[in-house]
Amino acid sequence: MLHPTSATRPVGWMTRRPFRGTMSDLLSRIATDRSEDAFRSLFKEFGPRVRNFMMQQGADAGLAEELAQETLITVWRKASLYSAEKGSATTWIYTIARNLRTDHIRRQRAWQELTDEHAQKIPSDDVPADEVMDARQRQVRVQTVLKQLPPDQVEVVKLAFMDGLPHSEIATRLSLPLGTVKSRIRLAYQKLRTALEDLQ
Amino acid sequence: MSTVITHHPDSTTLLSYAAATIAEPLAAVVAAHLSMCPRCRAEVADLELLGAAIMLSAPDCSSGAALKVPARPADVAKLADGRVAHSNDRLPAPISAAYALSLDSIPWKRLGPGVWHHRLALRQEGDGDLRLLRIAPGRKMPDHGHGGAELTLVIEGAYRDVTGQYRRGDIQDVDEGIEHQPIVDTDGECICMIASEQPARFKSLVGRLTQPWTRM
Repeated sequence: MLHPTSATRPVGWMTRRPFRGTMSDLLSRIATDRSEDAFRSLFKEFGPRVRNFMMQQGADAGLAEELAQETLITVWRKASLYSAEKGSATTWIYTIARNLRTDHIRRQRAWQELTDEHAQKIPSDDVPADEVMDARQRQVRVQTVLKQLPPDQVEVVKLAFMDGLPHSEIATRLSLPLGTVKSRIRLAYQKLRTALEDLQ
Repeated sequence: MSTVITHHPDSTTLLSYAAATIAEPLAAVVAAHLSMCPRCRAEVADLELLGAAIMLSAPDCSSGAALKVPARPADVAKLADGRVAHSNDRLPAPISAAYALSLDSIPWKRLGPGVWHHRLALRQEGDGDLRLLRIAPGRKMPDHGHGGAELTLVIEGAYRDVTGQYRRGDIQDVDEGIEHQPIVDTDGECICMIASEQPARFKSLVGRLTQPWTRM
């Protein structure tokens, strides 16, 4: 018998950017069917990226692999809590990875909540309904902004998110005054806000 | 009466919070502010979206070593719905949860006339300083003007300085070299949470606190 999922996989499944349309599907199959096949697909798609993130942030290969596994296992465990309206699924994976890295690599308490916890804790009536709508569209806009930012702004933002450097260390790394690093971040942030303005 | 929050963290502070590159005590204060401020929560969510886009688009530097797919993880029968609904305590939820405190149960220590404090432990000592401060009506807050970043969140009451009035939920994001002399409003005491990324500076501040400070 034909395996339904492998038969319906789009061409280019394992290439760099197929997750956009499939991520929520995978999550819902994990949540409702407890599908191991979906979990493996999710893992193959995101595991290497999360491991890469951990190594960039200073983990050795062994710890990076462990934390990548733990990230995706957390997704498996909490998939039932996730609902697509609450926010981007990729954001969810990012926040889980980020908090594990704070805990295990920086050895600090992670004060950042996971996005699903945000959503649960906030009474829905204090967030305008429009704000939680269309996470997909937000995600596409953010990816577009990232591509359009001038290189000097991309550089500082990447050093913060990907390399995990505080602003002061970014300044040292680039031999720039702290004020310059901050104004580049503010400019990048302003572009992000402008791009998302009409979605609020 | 609903509180209107008028002072928010700087966007660079929100970004370092979303990237988790911010020092632990500052992260605690931002988390407390976010629990009171839907606007900043939404902004952090967008920054996390940016972080996700960066994480997922980064070129893979791990030289393609195969990653072992873990065995099917054990199901958790029922995910601990241990997250208790918001208590009605006035202490921001992340703080009351992390330190098992409520506003009435803070073991204040007197620092000087009309000034009390309670230090909150960090996972790594030396990463800065986090404490609650309680100041009597009309009193001057400790002098600021620090090296390094400092965040102040008002939990009860209000204070003013040249930059305006700070009330419950407001955050003062003080950049290096800013001098300000906050004075607590006369109609009630002020409880705030102060985080500094430089422990030594805060010690000197506490030192100053214990000195007579009626001089204006």
